[in-house]
Amino acid sequence: MTRMISYSDKGTWIHKLSGFTKLLFFILWCTVSALTYDTRVLLLMILVGIYIFIASKTEWKQISSVFKAVMFFMILNLIFIYIFAPSQGTAIYGTRHVLLRLSGPYSLTREQLFYEFNVMIKYFTVVPAAFIFLITTNPSEFAASLNGVGIPASISYSVAITLRYIPNIQDEYHKIRNAQEARGIELSSKGKVKDRIRNTAAIIFPLLFTSMERIDTVSNAMELRGFGKKRKRTWYSRKALSRNDILVLVFIIVFSVAALVFTYYDGSRFYNPFH
Amino acid sequence: MEKKFGIRQVVAMGIGTALFVVLTMVQIPFPIPNTSLQPRMAILAFFSAIFGPVVGAVIGLVGHALGDAIWYGSVWWSWVFPEAIVGIAVGLTKKKLAVKEGGFTASKIVLFNVVQVVANAIAWIVVAPVLDILVYAEPANKVFIQGVFAFIGNIIIIGILGSILLAAYSKIAGKSTGLKAED
Repeated sequence: MTRMISYSDKGTWIHKLSGFTKLLFFILWCTVSALTYDTRVLLLMILVGIYIFIASKTEWKQISSVFKAVMFFMILNLIFIYIFAPSQGTAIYGTRHVLLRLSGPYSLTREQLFYEFNVMIKYFTVVPAAFIFLITTNPSEFAASLNGVGIPASISYSVAITLRYIPNIQDEYHKIRNAQEARGIELSSKGKVKDRIRNTAAIIFPLLFTSMERIDTVSNAMELRGFGKKRKRTWYSRKALSRNDILVLVFIIVFSVAALVFTYYDGSRFYNPFH
Repeated sequence: MEKKFGIRQVVAMGIGTALFVVLTMVQIPFPIPNTSLQPRMAILAFFSAIFGPVVGAVIGLVGHALGDAIWYGSVWWSWVFPEAIVGIAVGLTKKKLAVKEGGFTASKIVLFNVVQVVANAIAWIVVAPVLDILVYAEPANKVFIQGVFAFIGNIIIIGILGSILLAAYSKIAGKSTGLKAED
């Protein structure tokens, strides 16, 4: 199984920001990145992303395996777009400059290349934000910050439970998998689809039923300690907003508004260099 | 005191989401190219059927977003929201299915599967592609074909694995009420 991204404390100013700031940054950043197709905005976002990446002292080895997975899916997506819609670019930008004549509709146009380039850099804008958010935010503080952006305490607390138990469940998954393999159950990619479903079920059954027991244990323990007696909760790991938090919040709000105004002021979300 | 949204629901949301996230990496390759069966969908259906629509929606939303973020480093939002539709739809049948009361019989298995097929159809053939087009401006025929593949994969895995898991849990949970009050 590939390594997943997890929190590590490096003590930079980004780590010290409140989880609320980082969550709001991440949400607004993703929204802007999803809405804009303006190449200039996207390129600027990549530059900011690279700066944050360096400032947070993130090491390549922390994210390399996940990064490769992202690249794989990105390339797959770009190829599929070309196979299914080789003239999407022409439809968007309204012109057609053929670069390379190929059979049928598959002639390579400059517009198509430019459209797919935009899809590609969209990935590069979101990826560092997601990485940095997950790597620099303490899980318990993350739950506190969810509550801070207005999500009900019960749901925030359930997210805290999720983050707390992911490593345990992962451990359990590996144990069960090893045990089942030792018993001779084939889990590799040989075998028929039907057998693979059955063999996967051989892992999921014990994993699910131990999880159901865990739910009983944990909820009994929480009930004993009076969880949910009052509607409001305070959070041990919530951080007060510091000067840096305010600066980052102001930056991201101004940036989002400016980026969206800049993107839409000519009536289209696409930047068109072909006119 | 029987609260509508109690501690068990909160914990079930948390642990269910954790299971969903861990199982994100467990995929069974399928003969149709670029499609794989995702056992995590069976987990989503299982928790929704037992704990109801709110738990289903949260596991779908948070599980998908968090799972994508920590395994793939990016979140494809237009596919996060349809996941909640499946959770809510299956969760709404919680009372009818009565899995915990031990009665997950043939007629209920049929009901569960009808609901999951309809919910998956709405989620992956309608909502996900439409969001893809609106939000990400992706080509229409590509996203609809992807949606149909996801639909097929999901109804198969929920239909087989989800039904088996629920039937098994129903047997176990139903038996545990064998205690009698003393006279």
